[in-house]
Amino acid sequence: MEFRSTLRKVRGRGLSTEGGVGHWWAERITAIALVPLTLWFVVSAISMVDADHATFSHWVGAEGNPVLLILLTIAVYQHGHLALQVIIEDYIHHEAAHFTALIAVKLGAFFLAVFTIFSIAKLAFGG
Amino acid sequence: MVEFMLPANSKITKGKTVRAPAGATRIKNFKVYRFDPDSGENPRWDIFEVDLDTCGPMVLDALLKIKNEMDSTLAFRRSCREGVCGSCAFNIGDSVGGTNTLACTKPIDDIKGDITISPLPHLPVIKDLVADLSVPYAQYTSIEPWLQADTPPPPGERLQSPEEREKLDGLWECILCFCCQTSCPSYWWNGDRYLGAAILLQSYRWIADSRDEATGKRLDDLDDPFKLYRCHTIMNCTSTCPKGLNPGKAIGEIKTALIKRR
Ligand code: SF4
Ligand code: SF4
Ligand code: FES
Repeated sequence: MEFRSTLRKVRGRGLSTEGGVGHWWAERITAIALVPLTLWFVVSAISMVDADHATFSHWVGAEGNPVLLILLTIAVYQHGHLALQVIIEDYIHHEAAHFTALIAVKLGAFFLAVFTIFSIAKLAFGG
Repeated sequence: MVEFMLPANSKITKGKTVRAPAGATRIKNFKVYRFDPDSGENPRWDIFEVDLDTCGPMVLDALLKIKNEMDSTLAFRRSCREGVCGSCAFNIGDSVGGTNTLACTKPIDDIKGDITISPLPHLPVIKDLVADLSVPYAQYTSIEPWLQADTPPPPGERLQSPEEREKLDGLWECILCFCCQTSCPSYWWNGDRYLGAAILLQSYRWIADSRDEATGKRLDDLDDPFKLYRCHTIMNCTSTCPKGLNPGKAIGEIKTALIKRR
């Protein structure tokens, strides 16, 4: 039984301290960054369809490529985890499931990003 | 999670059919959603055969004819019968699907075949076509929809240039019918926290008003992932507005204003 007024329900806990415009802006910025980075990556990947491991690691280490690859990694995981967060907020309303999913997505994206960057560095600098 | 299936007590059953009087020549079937909370029964579809030769041209005329001549227990809201009060908003369509619109400005002839009428989607139903609007109204209260200014009013009135006044066109015409609000999937899933298209358009109506001095506070109150940013520019709101307004654009303007002050 609930005797709360509708206005109390609608005002809820007030504003989210995460803000809204920051998330939205970061999503747009990473999307803009992803356009040239993805194009560059797809074109390069196609040119290396038949390449062996040595050619590939040489390409990863070649002038400028590690920087672009790391930028691409950051943009992909940043944009991806922001987008997944929106989907979770849209559809997962059960409070515990909501927070579990959010934490999993944030930690997962962070781990994968660091792992990818480490692999790029290893290939590029021949570890 | 989102519920994709209706709960058992919301499944709509087949109701009664009320025949047109003998001798009627131009019959149109109106399939109307019925729900009576006091009966303890599930909602049902009733079919009313309306004789168009003795009925006015709009869907509201048919509903009034049904209530006056065929079944006086049918409950729905209406007042102005000319698209001004916003009371008669329902989901109106053919057998395939409908859109939210005003019964009083929707011509019967616009719809081929049987006409289906149900309450605005995703709101609790009080009875038949009467939806519970208390949440949207409370959301409207929450944006403080009145002119806020610390400067004392000059003698006479607060002036506005024609250009400043023009900024309110496409906003002041909103009649708060909530057709847009309840057409929005984001509002269906998160209507408790997302303010919705109509309320955001109303909020922008005050942000855009050159006489209002509370723009900063109004934007502060919208900078929230749920209140504003559940809008994903799906644009159902704009395509359904019976007054031809563009809530989707108004929401875009709010997002732009928030970017500009970063
Ligand atoms: S633009 Fe789409 S998401 Fe935004 S309020 Fe309109 S229907 Fe809803
Ligand atoms: S914007 Fe249009 S559909 Fe939405 S409440 Fe106002 S008049 Fe109705
Ligand atoms: S009766 Fe007033 S808008 Fe339809």
